[in-house]
Order: sequence, then structure tokens, then C-alpha cells
Amino acid sequence: MTTLTSPVAPPIQPSRWKLIRGYLRRNKSLLVGLLILLFLILFTLTGLFIVDPKHAFPLSVRSKQPPGLLDFAIENWPGKLPLGSDFFGRDMYAAMVRGLWQTALIGVLSGAAGTLIGVVLGFTSAYFGGLFDTIVKGICQILTPIPVFMIQIIIASSLDKRDVTIFTMAGIVVMLAWMAPTLVIRSQVLSMKERQFVSVAKLSGVGNGGIIFGEIMPNLLPFIAAAFVSQVFNGVFSSFYLAIVGLGPLREPLLGNLIWGAQSQGAFFNGWWWWPIWPAFAMVLILSSLALINMGMDELANPRIRKTE
Amino acid sequence: MRYRLILRRISFLIMVIWAASTITFFIPRMSDRNPIRERFAELARTGGFSAGDLETIVASYNKKFGLDKPLFEQYTDYIGSIAQLDLGVSLNRFPKTVLEIIMESLPWTIALLFVSSILSFIIGNLLGAIAAWPKSPSWMRSIATPFVLFMGIPPVLLAIFLLFLLAFKLKLFPLGQAYSTGIAPDWSYTFMLNVMWHQILPAISLILGSVGGWVLSMRGMGVTIQGEDYVNFAEHKGLQGGVIFRDYYLRNAMLPQVTGFALALGSIITSGAVVEGLYALPGLGSKLSQAIQSNDFLVIYGIVLFITMSVATLMVLVEFLYPLLDPRIKQD
Repeated sequence: MTTLTSPVAPPIQPSRWKLIRGYLRRNKSLLVGLLILLFLILFTLTGLFIVDPKHAFPLSVRSKQPPGLLDFAIENWPGKLPLGSDFFGRDMYAAMVRGLWQTALIGVLSGAAGTLIGVVLGFTSAYFGGLFDTIVKGICQILTPIPVFMIQIIIASSLDKRDVTIFTMAGIVVMLAWMAPTLVIRSQVLSMKERQFVSVAKLSGVGNGGIIFGEIMPNLLPFIAAAFVSQVFNGVFSSFYLAIVGLGPLREPLLGNLIWGAQSQGAFFNGWWWWPIWPAFAMVLILSSLALINMGMDELANPRIRKTE
Repeated sequence: MRYRLILRRISFLIMVIWAASTITFFIPRMSDRNPIRERFAELARTGGFSAGDLETIVASYNKKFGLDKPLFEQYTDYIGSIAQLDLGVSLNRFPKTVLEIIMESLPWTIALLFVSSILSFIIGNLLGAIAAWPKSPSWMRSIATPFVLFMGIPPVLLAIFLLFLLAFKLKLFPLGQAYSTGIAPDWSYTFMLNVMWHQILPAISLILGSVGGWVLSMRGMGVTIQGEDYVNFAEHKGLQGGVIFRDYYLRNAMLPQVTGFALALGSIITSGAVVEGLYALPGLGSKLSQAIQSNDFLVIYGIVLFITMSVATLMVLVEFLYPLLDPRIKQD
């Protein structure tokens, strides 16, 4: 017996890090989205160390100060507020730091809850079918033409304004945000449960739980992750809209609340342009980062639209 | 067959309106806020009557609005009045009914939203079709890219940046309001020009915020249509590129976009309402945020219900109009 030597060198498995880097180079939108997110996280983290958290609330600093960053003489900097202060005497930098993580928290909370409800309802209704499926589908279809924001206004306005916290905000958003993930997951499960590997598992005597968690769920994880990101986007978006019409937790400097305050005090008429501009800019960064990550995740979840280089 | 389908769509519409009005009925009643008591407590604080009178006033108003009846009876009364489009009266501007408030602000909203959403639909679809058409020059294709970048940004944020750049810094446009203070509204030419000048920034922010979505979906649609046999056939017949683009390509790619337009109505009206509030235009959106700030509950519920009903009705209407655009669908 002679030992067979393979004519080609054994394939070198590139390191995990290298694979991720290579993938990110192809998936530009995911990369840019993650970079913006990293920037926002760094801004918030450094801010949490630098600023006095009390300055995010009214009457803590001199009001209506223009941003110090635009003063190019560096010797004037000490004692100046980098992003200025608003009419109520909030340090805009401190308010932005607090507002950013709170806005993000509302998004993440409502996104997680909405996705969870969507996964549970979508799986149970699609997998077991029957009356339950008809009811879930019917409710989703009837609620879809109703503009969600309008119903959120009703809910938020029937709460006492003093009781509203960021957690109630997340709750209000979730109450009407589970339909989209439910329908997405439902349709995926419907197509997945007819696949051959599911039939094979069923014939070999795997129980319902085993099929759901062992066979279908792992294949749907990319979809669930994509649904989560788009739910976070929706959560940030809807809570921002609620806050901008004055239904947010009024004590907190949420980004939408800052803009609402600026607008109701006529910030542009009075020349305090920095008051609405910083939160608007931060909001653009959050939303575009989430939209880009969502686009990138779509590509990850759906190999058909994956780009090859 | 046809009548049955129409009947089915209309009963779906009625279901949607019923669901919306049931939600607007029960949610406020689940909270412990009493709009009437809050309103009169506010009045009592500013002076006018003693706190002891408050309870009798609240009780008499509860009786007047039927709030002392059992819940089910209140509900049937409420659904009955919705069916007659009776949305109640404003608590703040008392003799005015909610429907009157809606009607006086509706023309502003319709004018702004109609113009901006139709313009954005046309621009977005044209740009998207051009971007997907293989024979279009590359400079034309690149026009679409900046619009796609604006896609994730809600119009109200664009509105803030436009206000800052064009109105605050460059002073090209006014900072808000429907017309300049100091001129009386009439049908004169100068007044109309003034109104238009005030509407440009809101319209641009609504258009910029929504064109990108149309571009993307139209581009996706256009790419699939290019490979269709009838497009190849038209090319082999030797038809002019413009004719193929217009009659064979654009027309067919537009069809799903019409359904997309119906689905987008809700978000168009939502962002329209928020942008109106930001520019202090006298439309439904501003009335809604004023009502929220002054706790005028019946106006809030009325406007919300009105918007919901009109969105649902428009969606069903678009669905009925669809067979006129696409003769292949005979609705049976």
C-alpha cells in the first residue's frame, strides 16, 4: 500500500476575524451602519464620563448659550458649553448624551418585545394553523390599514402625562408594532414547514417542540435578527414622532422632546438654531445607521440578493 | 361575481372603521383620566367658580354626554353617532363641532399632501425607471442616488434642516405659518403667491423624504421587467427606445407601484401631520398637536378617527380603480 499524497495543499481555513472583515468589505451598508452606531456609542460613553448628569435637566446652567464649539479662539473654551444650552437652561451636551441612550433604549426594548411577540404568534399560528391562525391573520389584516401613529396618539394622550416614562413609551410602541414581524415570521414558517427536512424529521418521530426549535428556528435566525433590527428602527421612529407632538415623557430630554421644546418655544424665530439642530442631527445618525444595518442584514438573511465580488 | 367582490371589500372597510372606532372608544375609558373634569378643574384654577361647583358641573356634563349610562349603551350610542359622522364637540372652543374644525383645516392638508405625494410618486418612479433602464445615460442614472440616501430620514427631520439652511441662514423662505402676518386671506393673486411661497419648504421636505422609497421599489421592478419576452420582442420589432421605455416598460412596472401608493397612504398622512405641526400650517396635523397640548380630547379622537377612516377608504378606492389601469385583472 502506498500512501496517497494529495497534489494540492490542504485548504487553509481563514481565521474568523478575517472572514468577518472580508464579509464587511463586501457588505458596505452593514459596515457603514455599524461604524455610525459605534460613533454614537462612543459619543454617549465619553459623554457619560465627562458631563454632569444633572445638567440634562432644566435650570441647571445659564440658558440660551450659543455652542462653544463654534468659537474658534481656543482660549475662550474653558467654562463654555460645547453644544450650547436651551431656553430652559439645559446643557445641550448633557441632554444629548442622556437623550441618545434613552431614545436607543426605547427602540431596543420595543424592538425586542415586538420581535418576541411576532416570533411566538407567527410560529404558533403558522405551525399549528386552524382557527388560531385565521384569527391572528384576520387581526393583522384589519389593523394594517389603520395608521399606527394615530392609535398611538390615542393611547399616549389617555395616559397622565406625569406618569409617562421611557418604559411606557416602549410599551405604547409595542402594542401596535407586533403585526409586521408576525406576518413576516408567519409567512417564513409557512414556507419552511413544507420543506423536506421538516417532513423527514416529522417521519422520524421528532415532536413539535423539536421541529420548531431544532429544525425551523435555526434556519429562521437571520430573518428574526433582520426583523429585530427593523423593529428597533420602527420603535425609535414611532417614539420620536410621539415625542415630537408633545406626547413623550416631558421630564426626560429624549431627542424628540428636545425638538418639540425647541419648536414650541420658536427656536428658529428667536435665533437659537442649535437647540433643534443637534437632536435632529443625532436622530438622522441613529435612523440611518439602523436603516443601513437593516439593509445589510437583509443581504445576510437573503443570499439571493447577496453581492459577490 | 363582481358585486360579491365589491361587497367583500366594503365589508372589510366597515370592519376596519369599526375596529378603529372601537379602539378609540375603549382605550380612553380604560384610563382614569376624565377629560371633562380635567378641563373644568383647569377653569376652576384660573378662577370663575368654586371647587364645590366643579362636581355638579362634571356630573351634569357626564349626563349630557351620556357618560353616566352603562358602558355598552355608551358604546352603541357612540358607534351610532360615528355612522352619522357626528364626532362630538370641541371642549375648548365649545359650540364648534369636531367636524367643523376638521373641515376648516382639511383643505390645507389636502392641498399640501396631494401635491407633494403625487409629485414624489412621479419623480420617484421616473428616476427609478431610468436607473434600472440599461440604455439610459449614466449621468441620468446617478441622479437617483442622492434621493435614495434620504430614504431613512423622516420628513420632519429634513424639514428641520431645510428650515435651518434655507429659512434661517439664507432667509430665502419664511420660518413657518401659512401666510405672512399682516395680509388678509382672500382669493387675490398676491395672496395665493404668498401662500405658495410658504408651502414650498414643507412640500420639499415631504417630497425629499419619500422619493427614495419610490426610486428603490421602481428600480427593483424595472430590473425584473427588462427580462420579459414582450420587451425583447418590442426591441426586435425595431421600436424606438423611447416608445419601449414608455409603453412597454414604464407602464407595466408602474402597476405594483399603485398598490404601493395605497399602502403608503398611512405613513404619508402621518408624516404630513407632523411636518404641518413643525411649520405651524393650519392643517389637520397642527390642529391635532394643538388639541394634544390643550387636552381637547374629543378633537384628538375625532381627528384620529377621521384620518383613519379616510386612509382606509382611500385604500379600498385605489383597489377598485386598479382594474381600470390593468385590464388583465377583471376582479373575479
